Amino acid sequence: MFLGFLYALRERGLNVGVNEWLTLVEALAKGHARSQLGAFYALSRAVIVHREGDFDRFDAAFASYFKGVEGFFALDDELMQWLQNPVLPPLLSDEDRAALEALDLDELKRMFEERLDEQNERHDGGNRWIGTGGTSPFGHGGTHPTGVRVGGGGGGRSAIQVAEDRRFKNLRTDRILDTRQISVALRRLRKLTKRGVASELDIDETVDESARQGGEIELVFNPPRKNRIKLMLLVDVGGSMDPHADLSERLFSAAHRASHFQAFEAFTFHNCPYETLYTDISRGVGEATEDVLKRLDEKWNLVFVGDAWMSPYELTHVGGAIYYGQQNRTTGLQWLQKLKRKCPKSVWLNPEPERIWAAESVTMVRRVFDMFPLTVDGLTEAVDTLRGARAHD
Amino acid sequence: MTQASFTGTEQYLASPELTAAVDVAVALQKPLLIKGEPGTGKTVLAEAVAEALGQELLTWHVKSTTKAQDGLYHYDTIQRLNDARFGEGDVKDIAHYIKLGALGRAFSADKRVVLLIDEIDKADMEFPNDLLHELDRMSFHIPETGETVTAKERPVVIITSNNEKELPDAFLRRCVFHYIAFPDEELMGRIVKVHQPDVEDRLLQQAMLRFYKLREIPEIRKRPSTSELIDWIAALRLGGLSAKDIEEAIPFLGLLLKRENDIEALTQPRRRLGRY
Repeated sequence: MFLGFLYALRERGLNVGVNEWLTLVEALAKGHARSQLGAFYALSRAVIVHREGDFDRFDAAFASYFKGVEGFFALDDELMQWLQNPVLPPLLSDEDRAALEALDLDELKRMFEERLDEQNERHDGGNRWIGTGGTSPFGHGGTHPTGVRVGGGGGGRSAIQVAEDRRFKNLRTDRILDTRQISVALRRLRKLTKRGVASELDIDETVDESARQGGEIELVFNPPRKNRIKLMLLVDVGGSMDPHADLSERLFSAAHRASHFQAFEAFTFHNCPYETLYTDISRGVGEATEDVLKRLDEKWNLVFVGDAWMSPYELTHVGGAIYYGQQNRTTGLQWLQKLKRKCPKSVWLNPEPERIWAAESVTMVRRVFDMFPLTVDGLTEAVDTLRGARAHD
Repeated sequence: MTQASFTGTEQYLASPELTAAVDVAVALQKPLLIKGEPGTGKTVLAEAVAEALGQELLTWHVKSTTKAQDGLYHYDTIQRLNDARFGEGDVKDIAHYIKLGALGRAFSADKRVVLLIDEIDKADMEFPNDLLHELDRMSFHIPETGETVTAKERPVVIITSNNEKELPDAFLRRCVFHYIAFPDEELMGRIVKVHQPDVEDRLLQQAMLRFYKLREIPEIRKRPSTSELIDWIAALRLGGLSAKDIEEAIPFLGLLLKRENDIEALTQPRRRLGRY
């Protein structure tokens, strides 16, 4: 039952590693929540789940796994068995192995045996939280800020019932790529140079200079190191990109908040950029692509985000733009080539899986730009490509 | 091991889940990470824990410019140079110019303390990772003096986050985690009454009904929180509106929804552009 719970959690998509597992074992062996399901629920959730988005998965796994076990339950035998013969899931990572080594299993076993003896002497039936019972100066009780009843002394609802409520359902997020991962990837885009107002005290130079001045303090300042990277984000919106709107928005907000770029601009387009790049596409507000091109130089990094999924004539034909109002005189493909020529450091990120990149329009776009999937790995690869792409300088 | 279990204080009511999280964090000497929407009492928890355990509370308020180093110590070079120039102070002893930060003070305290690292998500992305080593070992080295500061009594570390940034996995794995859920209607009623003691019951009920409905709309990205509800009810009362006036419409919608997109999501369904 004990180790099985770990697998039940994993089956629900919770990333439970050896680290979390050992923490739980350690807590149990130290006498926490060993014999009451309600306490076990609270304890295991606190050490196994790391973000509220995963609470629902945990509740679901817990409710189905412990269904039928009510109130009192005994983990003692199983825990002892496990401590005597610790079986761990395969595929240990380095971090897992380090965690295992750091844990003194013999010491843990000894402590656990002590707890057991203590418990037997007291004959309290094992339904107390050993080591915690009765010592609190504040006593039991109170209500939760959310109005959930308090367990502890009984009278509350069972852990199964609590778990079955699935209170955290609406916190659930099945994330593909979160802002942090995007920020971390974008962070690799940097080229540091000393620039701007000298505002950082250079201690070594100050000491040397002061010594040279015979002890008269001479403060030496340096300009802080700044990133010289300029980034422009061009995002396909609307139509087939609707399901990816959220993802594009996350990329945008991560890039926008990454304050380390020397310059950052973002435009949107629909399917393919033509004469205008939009800042607000629904109201048709934007800037002439020619004007934007004038501002660009090879120092800019262009990142396109789009599924490149359209009719081929939208790329190849004059007047092929999907909006009737947008009678383009230059073909979409030519615009893409113009942008690429001006900014050799440019990549295209595609939110659709690679297996459907065979479409004709996607193939055509890929002849102009290196294309990467909009995933953690894809983004990292794209950033590396941008770093590697040599501008003509 | 007999230790006091945290079950809340008279001012602070703790749930069994929160109690377990605090207890296990204290027993296993791991940092306790508390998340929750603004106004759910994350910071107050640290005060309550310190009070319940009878320990001193040290607070480290994290800002966007905070570096991990700030929490350890600061070497006041300028002061030392200045003293050297004017022959003041004991310039030879570099230790005079080492000022410990909150983490440093927590480590060097004679008695065990509660250390609150407040709003860790405000700082740079790498900030939590930079603290991993110090929080694991509960010690750090000061190269200037060759001294190593090691915790005499490992402090109880409580970390709060408002979810402004995702925290790194390596950091999360080391913490005991608890999420303080958003208040339910019963508690919310009590909170509003603290701020608006003489609010009419029917108006309050109706306003909360609209408020919780609004929070359930998935398209709304920045869901209104406690303070928005309080402001909104205040505005309704100032405007002389009654429960009936908010049955159909939501006057002063801007007080509840702060983002243009959210207001749009409420007033018009998503338009579809083209077939591709």
